[in-house]
Amino acid sequence: MSEVAAVERPEDDRTEIESAVVRFAGDSGDGMQLTGSQFTMTAAIAGHDLATFPDFPAEIRAPAGTTFGVSAFQINFGARKIMTSGDQLDVLVAMNPAALITNLADVKPHGIVIADSGAFTDRNLAKAGYDENPLENGSLDDYRLVKIDMTRLTVEAVKEFGLSNKEALRSKNMWALGLVYWMYGRKRQASVDWLQAKFAGKEDIANANIAAMNAGHAFGETAEMPAELGTFEVEPAKIEPGLYRTITGAESVSLGLLAGSQLAGLKISFCSYPITPASSLLHQLARMKEFGVVTFQAEDEIAAAAAAIGASYAGSLGITSSSGPGIALKMEAIGLAIATELPLVIVNSQRAGPSTGMPTKTEQSDLYQAVYGRNGDAPMPVISVSTPSDGYEVAIEAVRIATKYMTPVMVLTDGYITNASEPWLIPESGDNDPFEVQFRTDPENFQPFMRDDDTLARPWVKPGTPDLMHRIGGIERSYDSGHISYDPENHQKMTDVRAAKVLGVANDIPEQECSVGEAGGKLAVVGWGSTYGPINRAVSNMRDEGLDVSHIHLRYIWPLPRNLGELLGSFDKVLVPEMNTGQLKTLLRDQYLLPAEGFNKVNGKPFLIGELEDAILDRLEN
Amino acid sequence: MNVQSPPEKLKARDYATDQEVRWCPGCGDYAILKGVQNTLAQLEADPKNTVFVSGIGCAARFPYYMETYGFHTIHGRSPAVASGVKLANPELDVWVVGGDGDMLSIGGNHTMHAIRRNVDLQILLFNNQIYGLTKGQYSPTSKIGTKSPSTPLGSIDNPVSAAQFALGVGGTFIARSSDILQKHLPEVLKRAYQHKGASFVEIFQNCIVYNDGAFKHFTEKAIQDEMQIHVEHDQPLLFGEDKQKGLILNKEEMRLEVATLGENGVTIDDIAVHDETNRGLATMLAQMDPPNFPVALGVLYAEAAPTYESAVHSQIDQAGKDAGEADINKLLRRGQTWTVE
Ligand SMILES: Cc1ncc(C[n+]2csc(CCOP(=O)(O)OP(=O)(O)O)c2C)c(N)n1
Ligand code: SF4
Ligand SMILES: [Mg+2]
Repeated sequence: MSEVAAVERPEDDRTEIESAVVRFAGDSGDGMQLTGSQFTMTAAIAGHDLATFPDFPAEIRAPAGTTFGVSAFQINFGARKIMTSGDQLDVLVAMNPAALITNLADVKPHGIVIADSGAFTDRNLAKAGYDENPLENGSLDDYRLVKIDMTRLTVEAVKEFGLSNKEALRSKNMWALGLVYWMYGRKRQASVDWLQAKFAGKEDIANANIAAMNAGHAFGETAEMPAELGTFEVEPAKIEPGLYRTITGAESVSLGLLAGSQLAGLKISFCSYPITPASSLLHQLARMKEFGVVTFQAEDEIAAAAAAIGASYAGSLGITSSSGPGIALKMEAIGLAIATELPLVIVNSQRAGPSTGMPTKTEQSDLYQAVYGRNGDAPMPVISVSTPSDGYEVAIEAVRIATKYMTPVMVLTDGYITNASEPWLIPESGDNDPFEVQFRTDPENFQPFMRDDDTLARPWVKPGTPDLMHRIGGIERSYDSGHISYDPENHQKMTDVRAAKVLGVANDIPEQECSVGEAGGKLAVVGWGSTYGPINRAVSNMRDEGLDVSHIHLRYIWPLPRNLGELLGSFDKVLVPEMNTGQLKTLLRDQYLLPAEGFNKVNGKPFLIGELEDAILDRLEN
Repeated sequence: MNVQSPPEKLKARDYATDQEVRWCPGCGDYAILKGVQNTLAQLEADPKNTVFVSGIGCAARFPYYMETYGFHTIHGRSPAVASGVKLANPELDVWVVGGDGDMLSIGGNHTMHAIRRNVDLQILLFNNQIYGLTKGQYSPTSKIGTKSPSTPLGSIDNPVSAAQFALGVGGTFIARSSDILQKHLPEVLKRAYQHKGASFVEIFQNCIVYNDGAFKHFTEKAIQDEMQIHVEHDQPLLFGEDKQKGLILNKEEMRLEVATLGENGVTIDDIAVHDETNRGLATMLAQMDPPNFPVALGVLYAEAAPTYESAVHSQIDQAGKDAGEADINKLLRRGQTWTVE
């Protein structure tokens, strides 16, 4: 833990800018994710608000130098509130030709391109599909191109440590980081500390990396840098005071689940089967054993869901987690939890589908699956995560609803949120009101399906409790006693009460508010999940230009907030941007009979602010 | 629900619920139900700490008839649900009940993993070599040639041997009994209960409606002594009406052979002695089939090994000790943090 003071004051004449978008791109072996997270940490310490977007290849060890092996990390940081990782790049650091060819299109006109000319060998050029060297043929004239032979300079910088050439080149990313640190007047100490901790016991490697970073920095300071490469100053953002850390969606959801379990007074049984991008949740929880967390890597997703249900039946908090294809496998078991009215939290880290789809690319196309995707009339609350840090509160809320209403709850997050990070004002666990579970122990008038008048929840009995032995199961059960029942009237009654119980959650959640703008007006832009950042920024920008538009962002997908129909009805038009082909739009049309319009894309990437602004303009003008 | 904490020992019938049992008259499941209730009475099992978990099928109706905790889940998944129960609360005695379709077809994967992990469960497979509940289709344990609604010309695929499967996936307790062996069954079930780890018990069960007589070639009174061998640890592997037949180990060919005492100079010293810790022997016993061999019943294999849930909880306990006091506020602040003034 280190607490570091404000930014280094630039000695030289740095250009003042409000924010910047930087992307490090290189081979998957080039350490771009580490470089990006170090830059993120340092930007956070410098007091900026920020958002990041890691983008890595699906292949574990893609052949070096190929376009499908390119790994990139993007960060948007600034002196103002940062809502997205940025539409266009101010700076692209390209460690090889493949990184250049796959990322160049995202660079702003006249943006800065820093390329490791040492990696632009004939072989690498051919692998990337270049006929000639783009650094030499004038094709990059529209950009501010900076060619530096980082390969050679790194090897020179680490010579004294006697590493092999291959090992030496591993520090190339730190050389690039050092140079970009210099551009933005960053302190290097946090990265020095981090490298020393990471390579504790491997002094040579740690020192080589530090030397490479220092060399990159010194190169900026001393070399006759081309005029293209500016130096910049970004003021700290106005941020609420307090203790901060960066947090990814996987971290926030796992911490929220733990916090939720403590608020409920339960131990977690987290049962899962590895799948991208959901595995990181399993990895996080597996490291929380000291809190009594049981993690179970099951033989498949069905077993994971089934074991979580068994754990809930036994009186612990059963949680299961997966991505779209695995969630599909869990659905029959989720139906069992709905039928037997047991608490269960299901986390779905969505990815592009159908089928295997694009495992590492983000999408929000499992809303139908979450709300509708089971056999029989099988309603279940569904809530969604909007930003990397939001997962903490959402996970707590999922535990609260699941245990209070004796129901499975699905949490929808996605690949983008799972891996993206942002600064987080660290809460105290005591900030949330506890909702301790009261297990039924009283045998007086006990019936397993006798409901609470208020919540319609049935009692939760732990096996092991004297005198309350009973049987539950997936066969339709008699309204109070829970005995098997094929009685038609009873099935009607049970179906109705299951639906009423879930719809009743709407009375126990906040009314929907606008994230930006007034309630009522010309246009409401309605989103859910990870589109929060771009929609919010686009609507704010349009309002700054005097347009009548508001942003409404849903956490609760099912049941919908009780005032939502009225709220949406107070707008002339409703636009629903989604990274799917229109799933929330369908739900809203169905529930409120309003002509909601979709704005959809499924290219595996988050919305750009610009494309949303255009869509808003279009709706307001036509 | 109406059983009060008992002042004295419970009888078998105290483990029965007030629910009407809905199996076909004459179904072997009745006898197994009785056998299990007898076993629990003999074990003085505490109903409140006993959980029966099942999948779907005729056999899987079982929990409704037991005055214990019970969970009738979904087809094939009972070993996974039961694993979750046991992990969440290792103090519970968890029994898993299912049919051959439930546990070896749709749920074969879960059965395999519960067994190989050695979760402390009693897994009772009611093998009637047929899908009873769905009206008589052949199952993965049906003999080749089984005529059923889905195989009118006879089934053509090889059946799986449940006991060999369990041995093959590293099971630590594998036993066999039959619905009609009312003395034998509770003894086997008691051993299963006492075993720490996954106890897999295959119980041959007659489906009187869809597969009547599937086991009569070794269960009929007239031939049962010749066609069954009840194995016991440390005892010579003898069978037959006067225990005049036995199994000898042909060491050259590494297989069992049937011999008769007094014939060809065979004496009791030539007869192999059952060693339930010998997986190779257990496998040979599990492979035996009439008419050339008797069917081996009893505890074929038992080996002491750590249970999965105890290992899981000892890691958790150790992590707790190492951490001192686990404080979520510390966890929230782990890693690099910074203060904004
Ligand atoms: C997912 C699913 N698939 C199929 C079924 C239909 N089904 C119910 S029980 C069963 C097979 C029963 O056979 P077995 O497990 O041997 O039990 P038995 O009835 O013979 O005791 C089948 C196919 C189901 N309930 N669920
Ligand atoms: S169908 Fe067969 S197994 Fe099912 S209850 Fe009837 S006799 Fe028993
Ligand atoms: Mg069967």
